[in-house]
Amino acid sequence: MNKKQKRWLKRILIALAIFFAVMLAEETGLLAAVFGDPGALYASFALYLIPYLIAGHDVLRKAWRNIRRGEAFDENFLISVATIGAFAMVFFPGADPHMAEGAAVMLFYQVGELFQSYAVGKSRKSIAAMMDIAPDYANIEQNGALVQVDPDEVAPGSVIVVKPGERIPIDGVVTEGTSELDTAALTGESMPRHAQMGDEVISGCINMTGVLRVRTTKPFGASTVSRILELVENASEKKARTENFITRFARVYTPIVTLAALALAVIPPLAGMGAWQDWILRGLTFLVVSCPCALVISVPLSFFGGIGGASKLGILVKGSNYLEALAQVDTVVFDKTGTLTSGTFDVVEVTAIPQVLNASAMAEGAETARVAAEPEPTGIEAPDSTLLEASSAAKSRARAPHNAAENLVLEFAAHAEALSDHPIAASVRRAYEAAGGVIDQARVSDAHEKAGHGVAATIDGHAVLVGNGKLMKAHGIDCPASGGAGTILHVAVDGAYAGSITIADTVKDDAARAIEELHRAGVEHCVMLTGDRADVAHAVGSQLGIDEIKAELLPQDKVSKVEELLQASRGNLAFVGDGINDAPVLTRADVGIAMGAMGSDAAIEAADVVLMDDKPSNIARAIRLARRTMRIVWQNIVFAIGVKVLILALAALGVAGMWLAVFGDVGVAVIAILNAMRAMRVERV
Amino acid sequence: MRKVFKLDEIDCAVCAGKLEDAIKKLDGVQNAKVNYLTQKLTLEAADEDFDRVLDAVVKLTADIEPDCEILR
Repeated sequence: MNKKQKRWLKRILIALAIFFAVMLAEETGLLAAVFGDPGALYASFALYLIPYLIAGHDVLRKAWRNIRRGEAFDENFLISVATIGAFAMVFFPGADPHMAEGAAVMLFYQVGELFQSYAVGKSRKSIAAMMDIAPDYANIEQNGALVQVDPDEVAPGSVIVVKPGERIPIDGVVTEGTSELDTAALTGESMPRHAQMGDEVISGCINMTGVLRVRTTKPFGASTVSRILELVENASEKKARTENFITRFARVYTPIVTLAALALAVIPPLAGMGAWQDWILRGLTFLVVSCPCALVISVPLSFFGGIGGASKLGILVKGSNYLEALAQVDTVVFDKTGTLTSGTFDVVEVTAIPQVLNASAMAEGAETARVAAEPEPTGIEAPDSTLLEASSAAKSRARAPHNAAENLVLEFAAHAEALSDHPIAASVRRAYEAAGGVIDQARVSDAHEKAGHGVAATIDGHAVLVGNGKLMKAHGIDCPASGGAGTILHVAVDGAYAGSITIADTVKDDAARAIEELHRAGVEHCVMLTGDRADVAHAVGSQLGIDEIKAELLPQDKVSKVEELLQASRGNLAFVGDGINDAPVLTRADVGIAMGAMGSDAAIEAADVVLMDDKPSNIARAIRLARRTMRIVWQNIVFAIGVKVLILALAALGVAGMWLAVFGDVGVAVIAILNAMRAMRVERV
Repeated sequence: MRKVFKLDEIDCAVCAGKLEDAIKKLDGVQNAKVNYLTQKLTLEAADEDFDRVLDAVVKLTADIEPDCEILR
């Protein structure tokens, strides 16, 4: 509680004490004994006025101020009119006194307001804590000593020092030191990320183990952490349809209820349906329930909480409207590369023909035999092999080759491609090194690269060809027609076909789970768009459980395909891209989701929802989170309007008194706020 | 120029909306936003005119929401 709230609480407690003392004096007949009749009535009027004014003087003052400015219809005004009215009932000849009720309503109202203010303050604080990822200083070395400066004053290109336990304040590149980084605040991912010299690091990460020197590449204001904070804070300004509905509703609700109150107080008694004081009291009760505060506060708070909670998981939603749209997604379209697959090319398959390698190569290939893994027992179609123990010529499913013959194919290819800077060459070398091999360039002589074909080289005295079908054809070597997924490199040794290496974009570990979770979350239609050949695309698609596959697309086709799908889908369509070259599609879709976007400005700019890490399973999580937030929003709307309408009906019938009406105002508001606060708890979503 | 100010003691969402509307109507204000949840006022006005506009905004706020204070 802050100072103001403490003072407020004290005032309410004092007023409460006096209120109960007066009530006690009245009930025990003390007032009647001292003042007699009708003196006791005036005495209790005056006495109840004391707690009423102590508790409610600020409400009355605010109401008066608003009336003078010609602005009625705020809750201070309504409560003031209702309570003053209750006190004034004493002047009706023959009416029951309602002073106690008037004072109590004011007290109850203030208790509720205080609690409401406390709850809002509390949720503000937890959101602020959630957003507390921006460091407020940066360490700079000046004359040999570390000085803390405002990160805003650090120019790009300066070197900052980040000590263990500190947050990296500004995006940059590590120039010295190694460390593990905790990226949880940005990505929700708890696995630490390794950083060493030359690595790009992103502001907001916590440096866990070692001292890092970082050369900044951006000013503080353009760094990831500042951008995220700005994005989340501004998100509440892009209002959801539901929020706009509430604003419009609030605008008409209060005047209508106030007019109804007036009608209720005046028309029935004029029509001779009962006593004036009775109907006026019912009208006053109406006024108390007429404030739409429960909705006006709790609905934006739910959205804000949902967006804040999502950002904790590394899911940045750029506006309440997108959260709302996300909740209604029934079609998710993936641009394959970079979303379902990693976008980096790896060796996925190596085949070998052992007898060729055996006959032509292997006397000197002793090193290979040592590197070779256990023979694979699954191969059955393989011919016998004498030099190599491995018997399998069958396809190995794993990325790394599992037997010696396959390893040898990879070894030749890696050496032949040793000097090539083609990305495919790099992935072959990477696979060879991952299998434990070391490239020795001294073994290679006479390497020639022929663009669009491949490489010819002499390795350990053997003539080795590594390349596509065209290269094999040019040298008169028969090779099997390419069938499976990915790019195939053929390897020939001394003029004979020795095997092949398949290189493909690798499917992400959690891609299949992501599709399954989307289906379970109620997304009926998962579509994959890709420029790949149809057979490759279908291989990946069926492995993942994709519903529809559109292959062999040119980049410009993607927009028109998404247009078609937009027409066909009943709910909203979300497009998921890696943020590279897909800005037009991201904007065309109902919800554009960019993933793996940590540090990529273009993606953050173009998308409506940004996933900071590159896990596709976070899409289902974002949708679940959006649905839960919308559920909370609608719970509050239905609850608040429902209770208010019910109390209005009961009040019109004379069943509900002012007590219940105060609950209908502040009680409902407090409950709705507490419910809204659930939206930011996202751990189990 | 666009500047963000902290608002202290902004009481309710409805009041924030009213304050925003009133500030927007002030002479020289290009755009204004009052965010109840983050307790922030974003004010846009011409550079050379900014101080005068800000003074007017502070005065107006004191008038409409006497409890609410703009921290500058």
